[in-house]
Amino acid sequence: MMIFKTLHTENMLGKSEKISEIDRREFLKIGLAITGVFAGGSILSVASAAEKVFPRGSIVQKYPYRPHYAMVIRVDQCIGCRQCEKGCIAANAVPDYGWRTKVLEKEVPEAIGQKREFIPVLCNQCNNPPCVRSCPVTATYKDKNHGIVMMDIKKCIGCKICMVACPYNARYFNEEKGAIDKCDFCLGTRLSRGEKNVACSVYCPADVRVFGDLSNPQDRVYKLIHQLQKPVWVLKKETDARPNIFYMKG
Amino acid sequence: MGCSEKSTFPGCVKDAAGRVIHGGPVYLVFLSFFIVLFLAGVVSGVYSLFIEGSRHAYGTYREIPLALLIATYIFFVVASTGLCLVSSIGHVFGNRDFLPIAKRSVLLALITIISGFLVIGLEIENPFRMMLYLFTSANLSSNIWWMGTLYMLYMIFMAVEFVLLMRESHRIAAFFGFLSVLAGVSAHSNLGGIFAMLSGRDVWYGPFLPVYFILSAMMTGSAFIILFSIVAQKLRGQGMNEDEQKSLALVSKLAMLMIAAVAFLTIWKMITMTTGGETRLITLHETISGSHAFSFWVLEVACGLIIPFFLLLLAGGRRLGLMTVAAALMIFSIFFMRLDLVVMAQIVPLYWDMGVKEFSQLHTYAPKWKEILVAFGGIGFCGMAFLLGEKIFNGFSENREAEAVESTEPESE
Repeated sequence: MMIFKTLHTENMLGKSEKISEIDRREFLKIGLAITGVFAGGSILSVASAAEKVFPRGSIVQKYPYRPHYAMVIRVDQCIGCRQCEKGCIAANAVPDYGWRTKVLEKEVPEAIGQKREFIPVLCNQCNNPPCVRSCPVTATYKDKNHGIVMMDIKKCIGCKICMVACPYNARYFNEEKGAIDKCDFCLGTRLSRGEKNVACSVYCPADVRVFGDLSNPQDRVYKLIHQLQKPVWVLKKETDARPNIFYMKG
Repeated sequence: MGCSEKSTFPGCVKDAAGRVIHGGPVYLVFLSFFIVLFLAGVVSGVYSLFIEGSRHAYGTYREIPLALLIATYIFFVVASTGLCLVSSIGHVFGNRDFLPIAKRSVLLALITIISGFLVIGLEIENPFRMMLYLFTSANLSSNIWWMGTLYMLYMIFMAVEFVLLMRESHRIAAFFGFLSVLAGVSAHSNLGGIFAMLSGRDVWYGPFLPVYFILSAMMTGSAFIILFSIVAQKLRGQGMNEDEQKSLALVSKLAMLMIAAVAFLTIWKMITMTTGGETRLITLHETISGSHAFSFWVLEVACGLIIPFFLLLLAGGRRLGLMTVAAALMIFSIFFMRLDLVVMAQIVPLYWDMGVKEFSQLHTYAPKWKEILVAFGGIGFCGMAFLLGEKIFNGFSENREAEAVESTEPESE
């Protein structure tokens, strides 16, 4: 049928087998759409993109939290070793049926040179988290100090609406805890004990995951995001979740 | 309780128990069957949640966490809201032609909402925490909180309304009926809102679902009233009186109107899904020509909309056999409408558009038998409570005379 032509011509229903050039261009557009969010401390021409990531009216120097934890994923550096996954599992006792972070793999056979790309994903610690809005009993909440989306496991009723609400598939039901589990930037297991970095970043041999404080101009995360030379993007910006996980190349 | 005013309460209970016990072999077989279903469902749910763990017992998983049991819950609460709305036309909004169906409808609304709560109670992982934190740690921006709270109020209003109706206090009953309608519509549209406000879920997101749920509720409520009124008449073993028949004819017209409305909404939902992105397009593809095509075309469209519409048209509000088949088909198919509505929006992986290996296949869902038993448990409770209710309240027959007298009184009431 006519309406499904695009599905068949672009082989969208069998993506894993063959990624078309159109798909690749579509994917690249994700990055181009929000390229150059910041320049030297002021919001650039793509002001709407910045507005989508941070609450309206905020300026670059004024992030909602202190520290405002965020992560930059230098996606082209990822070699797919999945040490980050192992580090996360070890640090946070993640059961074998769940994950808090995952490295996704994309093959582009038509590409010149490198034909495979790895894309780490995790909870985006959104500034406008759909999971927090939908939880009926505030079992999941945005911490007022550091902005991490937390779980109060004793309150969780296990309705699983947060799992459906999350645009990033970042939540799962942990049987042992009897509650939903998710990435908390290792707050419980590392940051609260004086560590400065999260497990997935520590375990990464390729310096893919840069964790830090977006409200601190001296922080590496701040510097990586507040530059114009390289595109910075977020996943699923159209959901208006305003994530704190940024992606870039280089 | 279906006994005369002079009777004492123990006497009434004894009479009611006698009517149940002497209900006849067919009645008792069905009653036993529904009791067994109900108990099996409860045992299965308790075992699944508290002993085996839902991860093993139910067919849901990380990517499709909401499925059969949520659909069953929605099915029951949709029916309850519909029953409340349709019955309110008579005893709340003053259309007397709808009065004869009022009591049974209100009781059915109560039964179906409890069936829904039973199923959801065996679906969520920590039902006891819910009872505590829904009140002590409320999130007012959550649709689930509003839905849960409003449905509890709705249930209380309905219970009061039913008691008042049985005591023939129609004026106060109408007031509580009005409160039930308000709470029911608010709760039910919030149920739609749970899905409609998930901006990360393309297929659900938007204002469509709250509206669809209300119209769909009226359709379901009409079907329930038709089917259960006719079954009740068979249980009584008497013919349907003229008023009741007139009521049912009107309800069947309403059912046809609602079928048309739901068909109209379904058509436009399908058309709009051709735009708005790959997820919507793939979901549409799977719905109309993929893995769910049978469920959509045969169950939803043919058995749920087209065939019942023409059967009701043919029945003309008089041929009870045709009306029974139409209503039964509708109820059966509406269940699958709910299941498809819940599951289909989750089949396309969230990372699909990135073209990654891990999420390159559409998600599939197949319920496990323990999950199916819980759904049957809800159906069992519904059937059991209906059959018991018909005998306990003596088919609402002794009150008809009073109702008829009251209905002829001036409008000033």
